[in-house]
Amino acid sequence: MTRIDTKRRGQIQQAPENFLTQDAIADLNKNGMDNTRRGFMRNGFMAALSGAVGFGASINALASTEGDPAILEKQVWQTTLGKNVATMPYGTPSIYEANLIRRESPGLTRVSAASVAFTPLQGLFGIITPNGLHFERQHQGWYNIDPEMHRLMVNGLVKHNRVFTMNDLMRLPSVSRIHFIECGANTGLEWGNVAVPTVQYTHGMLSCCEFTGVPLSVLLEECGADLKKGKYLLAEGGDGSGMTRTVNLDDVLNDAIVAWGMNGEMLRPENGFPLRLVVPGVQGVSWVKWLRRLEVGDMPYATKDEAVHYNDLMPDGLARQYTSIQECKSVITTPSGGQQLLDKGFYNVSGLAWSGRGKIKRVDVSFDGGNNWKTARLETPVLTKALTRFNIDWVWDGSPAILQSRAIDETGYVQPAIKLLRDVRGTRSIYHNNAIQSWKVDSNGELSNVQVG
Amino acid sequence: MYKLVKFATAAILLSTMIAVIGSAYAQKSNTKFPGIGRDATPAEVAAWDIDVRPDFKGLPKGSGSVEKGQQLWESKCAVCHGSFGESNEIFTPIIGGTTQDDIKTGRVASLTDRKQPQRTTIMKVATVSSLWDYIYRAMPWNAPRSLSADDTFALVAYLLSMAEVIPDDFVLSDTNIAEVQKRMPNRNGMTLKHGLWNAKGKPDVQASACMHNCVAFVQIGSVLPDYARNAHGNIAEQNREYGPFRGSDSTKPPLDKLPGSVSTQTSAHPAIAKPKTPEDLFKENNCSACHAKATKLVGPSLSEISRKYQGQAGAEDKLVAKVKAGGSGVWGPIPMPSHPDISNETLHTLVHWVLTGQ
Repeated sequence: MTRIDTKRRGQIQQAPENFLTQDAIADLNKNGMDNTRRGFMRNGFMAALSGAVGFGASINALASTEGDPAILEKQVWQTTLGKNVATMPYGTPSIYEANLIRRESPGLTRVSAASVAFTPLQGLFGIITPNGLHFERQHQGWYNIDPEMHRLMVNGLVKHNRVFTMNDLMRLPSVSRIHFIECGANTGLEWGNVAVPTVQYTHGMLSCCEFTGVPLSVLLEECGADLKKGKYLLAEGGDGSGMTRTVNLDDVLNDAIVAWGMNGEMLRPENGFPLRLVVPGVQGVSWVKWLRRLEVGDMPYATKDEAVHYNDLMPDGLARQYTSIQECKSVITTPSGGQQLLDKGFYNVSGLAWSGRGKIKRVDVSFDGGNNWKTARLETPVLTKALTRFNIDWVWDGSPAILQSRAIDETGYVQPAIKLLRDVRGTRSIYHNNAIQSWKVDSNGELSNVQVG
Repeated sequence: MYKLVKFATAAILLSTMIAVIGSAYAQKSNTKFPGIGRDATPAEVAAWDIDVRPDFKGLPKGSGSVEKGQQLWESKCAVCHGSFGESNEIFTPIIGGTTQDDIKTGRVASLTDRKQPQRTTIMKVATVSSLWDYIYRAMPWNAPRSLSADDTFALVAYLLSMAEVIPDDFVLSDTNIAEVQKRMPNRNGMTLKHGLWNAKGKPDVQASACMHNCVAFVQIGSVLPDYARNAHGNIAEQNREYGPFRGSDSTKPPLDKLPGSVSTQTSAHPAIAKPKTPEDLFKENNCSACHAKATKLVGPSLSEISRKYQGQAGAEDKLVAKVKAGGSGVWGPIPMPSHPDISNETLHTLVHWVLTGQ
């Protein structure tokens, strides 16, 4: 008996044997097929399948010689009335998407209020991160801050120390721009050796949203900031950690945003509702959440997260302080580590590229561990300091392969191999690992995380 | 009604207060956006502008002794950080890994010789202001902003005494903290010579964009260790169960061949086939909202229940009926709701698990 596997390009395959008991076959022969028996058979087939292959397709074995049961059989969603509008007043993804959620890396931190939840890049398309899947990094837990009680104070080297309510801020001229945000420690687990299995954990402290807010320059001008003396900006959060970071004011004045919007709605509480600083190209820790204060100053502040953490230790024992820019980087997201190819043949290999220094100019992909490269297609839009999606065709012949991507940004900077970075920075700097990622494809179709060289 | 009146009064008071603030700190005439924002009062700036810079701008007047710091530490900090700031239980250690020689040179030798298994805070921090600022603004972890300036001086003093930066009888204050800075073990350990402070910074590596025959021999230097294969949970359950890129079943060794061949012996798709554990059912049916394994919540703990019914004949049937019907009395006055929606099969699985752990 053959069946059609609706999940595998309609190939006709052998059905699992003995999925009907002898009694059932005798009953069928005697009484023919009715709806009860049809349902029973389907269940029997399902059970046989789940025990064997595990693909839970809705399959009618008797129809298999005539064609695909997904077509020949009337499905429940074709023959009944669907749900009402606004059944889910705030929509949620399909139940079939339940596996794609933010996840923690076990053992990375010991308290979940100061931890990370990674974005499932292995399942995302395009360049925009859905708000519910935006990665989370909390230093002292998160809150739903009452927007009516939230204030932004601007002080320091300004003519007027000013206070703004959300009402004030949201009346100001706003911009909406798409930018990536990447934690400085993204891929930090992999400085010494391969440590984690999938792209969610190697690269998942990365997201990209359309942010809406008032340009920082507009606010600072309004307060009469002294931008000649004031080369540094202290951004402070309103949470318990009072997170503070020094920002290079000269550098970010053109594109930083004091933002409340995220992909068309207000920021999510775990991402800083109702206000956060958006500092394009700069590591995520500087995008201070629950932003309550901006201070213009004439020297950096050496706050805890720039004096103890977020420094890059070099082999000579010196730590690079105030490392901020996220350099050009890319990663293949599908197929990627931990994924399983079911068969040989054509695949669209897809990934993300980004640079804290501007636009992505080119992405090359290698299928042989970096020996030969082909230039991938860049999908639009290609925006400055935003994720850029790339795709490239691949026909897999079933032999082992090593997939890599290598991005080049508009400054001409070429994403380096891990060895090149280690030669300069050693293996203990934790932050700013923008090395080329390698995924090995075995002949069994499984991909795994490896490092080449 | 009383509440409503109270609320209305409060609202009037509040609006009056805002009006007062608004008139006292009105718009400056040179603003480009009339009607938006107001000047901050001195008290407001003082309340929020608490940062302390490396040059000690922003440091309040005050002082605290090592001895007082030790007392505060024991009562507020030791539970997470250990009595000597050495604990690695919850956070990385604060103290350890520095020497008298480091205090002389201002460079922590253990950052290069790798003799320390972990980098402690005192090994890394170059500026004493960073310690003061952070403790004052964010500690203790569960009660930030509860320490006074004097408390903070005392706690910083205690930490520095443990690192032998200052003697045990020292009183740290706003007047001598600059002298203490000169003894910080890693004060010369930071560098600003790098290309990552601004977007135009010079990169420290220059890779080539070679396209063909770039490497003579592709060598794999590192692979995922076997023990890490399933350390993040089953990867199959972290990917779509349809489409071209499924997750591999990391609870099992890799497949011996491609699942796309006609073989039916493989399970590329365990998320659906995997039966639910009693523990899954326990969570799914919301039992865990009121019961925990070993501690009493709203209802008795599972271990209490299994102890009570240990060895009793018919206990499983009896409890299945009780869970289904609900009721109170056995464990106190809080009633257990009825659970008519849970199937008998599931109830038996659950109760069996509670009683036997299996």
